[in-house]
Amino acid sequence: MGDRAGDRAVADFAEIWSYLARGPLLWLTLTLVAYVVADALSQWAGRAPLANPVLIAVILLGLTLWGTGTSYAVYFEGAQFVHFLLGPATVALAVPLYLEGARLKRAVLPVLAGLVVGSVVAVVSALWIARALGVGPETLAALAPKSTTAPVAIGIAQSLGGSPTLAAVLVLITGMVGAIVVTPLLNALRVRDWRARGLATGVAAHGIGTARAFQVHPQAGAFAGIGMGLNAILTALLAPWVLRAFL
Amino acid sequence: MIRALTLILLCQLVGETVARVLGLPVPGPVLGMGLMLALLAGSARVAAAVVPVGQGILRHLSLLFVPAGVGVVGHVDRLGAEAAWLMVAIVVSTVLAIAAGALAFKLVAWATGAGEERASGGRSGGGSGGG
Repeated sequence: MGDRAGDRAVADFAEIWSYLARGPLLWLTLTLVAYVVADALSQWAGRAPLANPVLIAVILLGLTLWGTGTSYAVYFEGAQFVHFLLGPATVALAVPLYLEGARLKRAVLPVLAGLVVGSVVAVVSALWIARALGVGPETLAALAPKSTTAPVAIGIAQSLGGSPTLAAVLVLITGMVGAIVVTPLLNALRVRDWRARGLATGVAAHGIGTARAFQVHPQAGAFAGIGMGLNAILTALLAPWVLRAFL
Repeated sequence: MIRALTLILLCQLVGETVARVLGLPVPGPVLGMGLMLALLAGSARVAAAVVPVGQGILRHLSLLFVPAGVGVVGHVDRLGAEAAWLMVAIVVSTVLAIAAGALAFKLVAWATGAGEERASGGRSGGGSGGG
């Protein structure tokens, strides 16, 4: 008796699962659930750098996909609604820029200095280290734009002859590394100016770094947004030149 | 709320279109950000409507990177035999770039008298960490 009821429950569950797994609702909801859990954990950990909400949510969802044998394509059917908001969020970065306008005007020269130095160091040091370690030219082309926001990096990598998928993966890893290292690093260097901290983070670690900066301080977030936007333009101009010097 | 969202999407749409038509290397949403900034500066009514909605979207910016991040998990094998070397290059160069960028900002701010602004109330690095 009990076994049969159990079997039926399993069969019902499998049926409900296969119904839900076909539509976007399940994976959209699970994306939000994973983020809410990750954000709560991050808050509980006092926003410790390693308890990065993106990283935790990605691990939770990665395990769920693996455990249920779900492909990324099926997952993305649901998650695309969240992914789509990256565009409007980029436009919305105008809001902190507008609110911090007066402070930004007073800091034009420091912003440009931080932008140029951060951007050049990001591209040159990555290519120099990777080449010294024996990484091939095609991979270098995908690595060059790693500090810039994903759509720009994909475009740059393609025009340089690198793989767009690999470029996107390297961009996301860079963002997570940046979001994790920035706080201990700049504390150790005794940089206390929120503007400097934010700008450098946005230049080196694009949107994921900017998200981290907003978590910490609104002024850091605003300057990170500026750094990300300006570096998108600068890297597009700079990366081809630097890469040519390394090939 | 709907008006603000409509304006945000319109800015993105115009940005995408201009970037395509002119073949610019800058992504459409970044151009849209510039356009939105001009609108905010130009009209107090736009600002009153868009500021709270924009802040609401940005409060959970981290969430928006989760779907792409899950994609990375499936593509880790793309890194291939060079995975370890690429990780070394990324970690070291990101540390160097953040440090160099922040110090360059600080140096020029000091040299031009743009001041070192500190969060009122002291240490930036305590408890909740820094940007």
